[in-house]
Amino acid sequence: MYDKLWLIPLFPFVGFLINGLLGKKIKNEKVIGAIGTLAIFSSFVVSCKYFLQLLEDSNKVHEVVVTSWMSVGQLQVDWGLLLDPLSALMIMNVTGLATLITFYSIGYMHGEEGYFRFFSYLNLFSFAMLMLVLGSNALVMFVGWEGVGLCSYLLIGYYYEKKSASDAGKKAFVVNRVGDFGFLLGLFLLFWSLGQKGVWTIRFTEIAANAHLLENGGLIVTIITLCFFLGATGKSAQIPLYTWLPDAMEGPTPVSALIHAATMVTAGVYMIARMNGLFAMAPDTMMVIAIVGGATALFAATIGLAQNDIKRVLAYSTVSQLGYMFLAMGVGAFTAGIFHLLTHAFFKACLFLGSGSVIHGMHHAYHHAHLDDDPQDMRNMGGLRKKMPITFYTFLFSTLAISGIPFFSAFFSKDEILWWSLSSTRGHWALWLMGALAALMTAFYMFRLVFMTFFGEQKTDARAKDHIPESPLVITLPLMILAALATFGGLMGVPHVLGQYIGHFPNAIENFLAPIFEHTQHLHHIEAHGAAATEFTFMGISVGIAVVGIGLAWLMYCKKPQLPGLIVAKFPALHRAIYNKWYIDEFYDAMVVNPTKKLGTTLWLIFDVRLVDGLVNGVAWVVKGSGRALRYTQTGYTHNYAMSMVAGVVAIIAIYVFN
Amino acid sequence: MSEHLLSLMTFFPILGMLIVLMLPKGNGGLLKSVTLVFTLITFVISMPLALDPIFKTSGAMHYTEFAEWISVGNYFQMNYSVGIDGISLWLVMLTTFIMPIAVLSTWQAVTKNVKGYMALMLLLETAMLGAFIALDLFLFYVFWELMLIPMYFMIGIWGGANRIYAAVKFFIYTAVGSLLMLVAIIYIYYTAVNSGMDINGFSIADFYNLSLDPELQKWLFLAFALSFAIKVPMFPVHTWLADAHTEAPTAGSVILAAVMLKMGTYGYVRFAMPLFPDALKYYLPYLAGLAVIGIVYGALVAMMQKDVKKLVAYSSVSHLGFVMLGIFALNTIGVSGAVLQMVNHGVSTGALFLIVGFIYERRHTRLISDFGGLSKQMPVFATIFMIVTLSSIGLPGTNGFVGEFMILLGAFQSELRWFAVIATTGVILAAVYMLWMFQRVMFGKLDNPKNQNLKDLSFRELCVVAPLLIFVFWIGVYPNTFLEKMEPAVNQMIVQVTGEQPVVVKAVPVAAPAPVHAEEAVHGHAEEPAHGHSH
Repeated sequence: MYDKLWLIPLFPFVGFLINGLLGKKIKNEKVIGAIGTLAIFSSFVVSCKYFLQLLEDSNKVHEVVVTSWMSVGQLQVDWGLLLDPLSALMIMNVTGLATLITFYSIGYMHGEEGYFRFFSYLNLFSFAMLMLVLGSNALVMFVGWEGVGLCSYLLIGYYYEKKSASDAGKKAFVVNRVGDFGFLLGLFLLFWSLGQKGVWTIRFTEIAANAHLLENGGLIVTIITLCFFLGATGKSAQIPLYTWLPDAMEGPTPVSALIHAATMVTAGVYMIARMNGLFAMAPDTMMVIAIVGGATALFAATIGLAQNDIKRVLAYSTVSQLGYMFLAMGVGAFTAGIFHLLTHAFFKACLFLGSGSVIHGMHHAYHHAHLDDDPQDMRNMGGLRKKMPITFYTFLFSTLAISGIPFFSAFFSKDEILWWSLSSTRGHWALWLMGALAALMTAFYMFRLVFMTFFGEQKTDARAKDHIPESPLVITLPLMILAALATFGGLMGVPHVLGQYIGHFPNAIENFLAPIFEHTQHLHHIEAHGAAATEFTFMGISVGIAVVGIGLAWLMYCKKPQLPGLIVAKFPALHRAIYNKWYIDEFYDAMVVNPTKKLGTTLWLIFDVRLVDGLVNGVAWVVKGSGRALRYTQTGYTHNYAMSMVAGVVAIIAIYVFN
Repeated sequence: MSEHLLSLMTFFPILGMLIVLMLPKGNGGLLKSVTLVFTLITFVISMPLALDPIFKTSGAMHYTEFAEWISVGNYFQMNYSVGIDGISLWLVMLTTFIMPIAVLSTWQAVTKNVKGYMALMLLLETAMLGAFIALDLFLFYVFWELMLIPMYFMIGIWGGANRIYAAVKFFIYTAVGSLLMLVAIIYIYYTAVNSGMDINGFSIADFYNLSLDPELQKWLFLAFALSFAIKVPMFPVHTWLADAHTEAPTAGSVILAAVMLKMGTYGYVRFAMPLFPDALKYYLPYLAGLAVIGIVYGALVAMMQKDVKKLVAYSSVSHLGFVMLGIFALNTIGVSGAVLQMVNHGVSTGALFLIVGFIYERRHTRLISDFGGLSKQMPVFATIFMIVTLSSIGLPGTNGFVGEFMILLGAFQSELRWFAVIATTGVILAAVYMLWMFQRVMFGKLDNPKNQNLKDLSFRELCVVAPLLIFVFWIGVYPNTFLEKMEPAVNQMIVQVTGEQPVVVKAVPVAAPAPVHAEEAVHGHAEEPAHGHSH
């Protein structure tokens, strides 16, 4: 029934091969773009088929083994794929968004050098991401996990002639490797500790079925999950490993939308959801996850307040929103976390593509006027809503969504997370407070962005200001689709308190994901408890928070544009710290990067060259020296030899005599 | 035919050498072609070994041959005794596979005294193959020493600017270890003879059964261990490698890295560990410690190198540290991973040296700072370099990952758990030094005028690396081809060393029925609440 599941990752892989190997010969941008888009669209179609099939199916978990991978001793690993409600949602998300974004790229990347390279990488990414979500064991997931990291590296460094771009790519890869270190250790420990109980496995279904063999809340399971979580902080840009994501904005904008907003960076959340049974057994880890998530949500939001690069604001916003998802995971709101993952994919992809549309327009104008200004700096924008109406409206709807304005998608998902963080058996009011404060800042900095970009007076250089066009349909069509999703996508998860008043509107996503999460939640008594009235109250509070944030942004960036300057003048140190991202990169450089380099040099020059080789060369020198000295005894004169013989005989006799 | 297959394979290159020596000196093309043909035929001769299914089921020695060789009454008996099991199988295959590639890589690189070079290459092949198949300890020693000579001359005559220093250092380092080993070999022999045991020459199978006094083992083991550790090379006796690799001509570096370093790790697996199990137990933590230090140390030092070849050389120290750790894990997963990683390192690092050779031939420099932005000028080269880099980093889907993963997983399961944790940091460092080097060589602006007219890879050059790339992916995606044939031999080796049968748990059947079962299990849990909701 599901035996052709492997078609889903296969299509983009074929697309990657075609464009990668032949793209240079094909040359025609339209053909290359069509191949790339069709490849991923085909797997979208197949995904839809299986998704619908799964909806009807009473059996919700299906594994397909393609072939064996590693088989030695206790280690038996297959190339296996797993389709269940969780991965089904993810493949819909990945293939759907990848199709839209690949299509968008046809227009956006027009005229770029290495056009085929871009599309082949994009397909390769889709392939890897699909392996990640479909993998039926931790190792196939890890193939995807590192594979998306590779594509991220390649695409961030797409403009490889630019040092900042190749630096950013390398940073992303290396920081992710730090996370992978954790992933691997977690995997080793899991494999070994389950093996001690007689089950040698890394298959997710078997891990779930046998997790109870480990001690509930014990040290082992806590360490395992903490290690895996370290992996998640790398991939999903959480404290302490988030620093690569803002730099990743060096990549072309569609990349930021697809990889660094909608899909790859959510892999850590997905991984925790995939192993929810294991994580739920470790309340300490869950608490760490919730705190790290909440802190990241808050911390990244502060940095987002003061950035002027349109993509950087969105990057920090992504870090912050990912923090929400981890907060959800940490308090056991698995469904809410996945729900927010989906709505975030919609609105953030739309926001990134929208910013791409703006940058595209600005770039066009500057190019036209032969100016070298920064097309991503919001201080050069303003008033663009009249120039780019479609971009503006789609952007506005998505911004309303991220701010949590009622009935836009993220209103439902974010609110559910906040509600759980307060009322879950694993929640705490402090977690709620972190989330709520972050929500306030989110509404503020997002509307700051909207106001600076689309409202007010246009601050673009006079020579360029009239040459900013609305983007073509190839760009605006995906924007419109995504904006529609960002607006209405929340309806898949209408909470019961609201749903019961509107004709028993079901919480579709919760029902759909129940086979994955409900068992865990029952088993470990994870639930949100509270009266409907309280839930309504807090819903009201979060709407209030959003409105206050938007109002503040309006006040500072529309009503009284002189205000931000005054505030900066009043708190210069604070502003500098925020603007410079709290100097975290500098801190890491000073504490980790430079000492490591120094250590490498020291080991090499002191230990290798001086000590070991010094010893080796020293021995050689001594041998050579003594050879040279002893050479003088080999004179070739008979009387000299006779002399030494006599001396020897005398010596031997002397020894005998005196003994 | 098949009863002399190993001998035929081993000595066929010698025949080639004799023919090369008879050919006219001036005709370089002919000399190279003949050498290529001989190495290719040797590869073909070895093919039936790789295809033989016997290795899947039996860990014993196969294709054995035996002949009395040197016999001095009852005092001294040496035999020509050879054979192959699932471990040496892949090292033999690696050797016969790498040699034609190495020869092909000399096509434009070697112009001086081609005849001598080709003759030495063929001699070297015989020596290496002989060492891998020898079942008589003395015969092994003969081949082991024989390997030294051609490599010494290859570095010393065809090497780079500092070649004499490098060649002498290589020779003396290795010779010091070898001599200690020779003393130990002779000592074991006479211990065996004096114990009145019925031994057949220096047969290692007989020596395995020799229960040597544990105290004595310690000394003998040290002699073997040092000799092999130098060859691996393990920290801290690795310093010859950087010079030898850097100064050697491309083909020399390729052979050195791909095959000769494996002689050290193989020596541990075949000789040092099973011969002296008690001593091993005693020294294991120290050796594993050195292996792990090597992993981290090699990576840190590689990171700061300014010369591409030196960087690759130090990366070998790191990678071979992984191999040693896997061997010391002494369980099926770890040792299989280690044997696989020996092959992987041969493939990946061999390819890296070829790649460095390609740009060296074009620019006659190995300094990283002389390059930059080559991607723009040489896109095919860039792609291949990237793939090999990723394989060296151990990206899943490539060969490097499978080996490293199995080694670390195996080590984690053994007593060496904490060693494995530290070793895993090598995964991070590998990405740092390789990607940094790649960035400085391939990315950035193409602003050095000397680099602006570089030609992309020629067809011949593509043919040289392409076979290696195939194995990068083959081993990465379907390593079972190799694993299934080494597992019985690996298990046998573990039994010899530890005296315990390795846990052969196939508790988790992989075949089709299993998923169904698991599905039901999970589904059974999940179904109830799901139903409760929808109604």
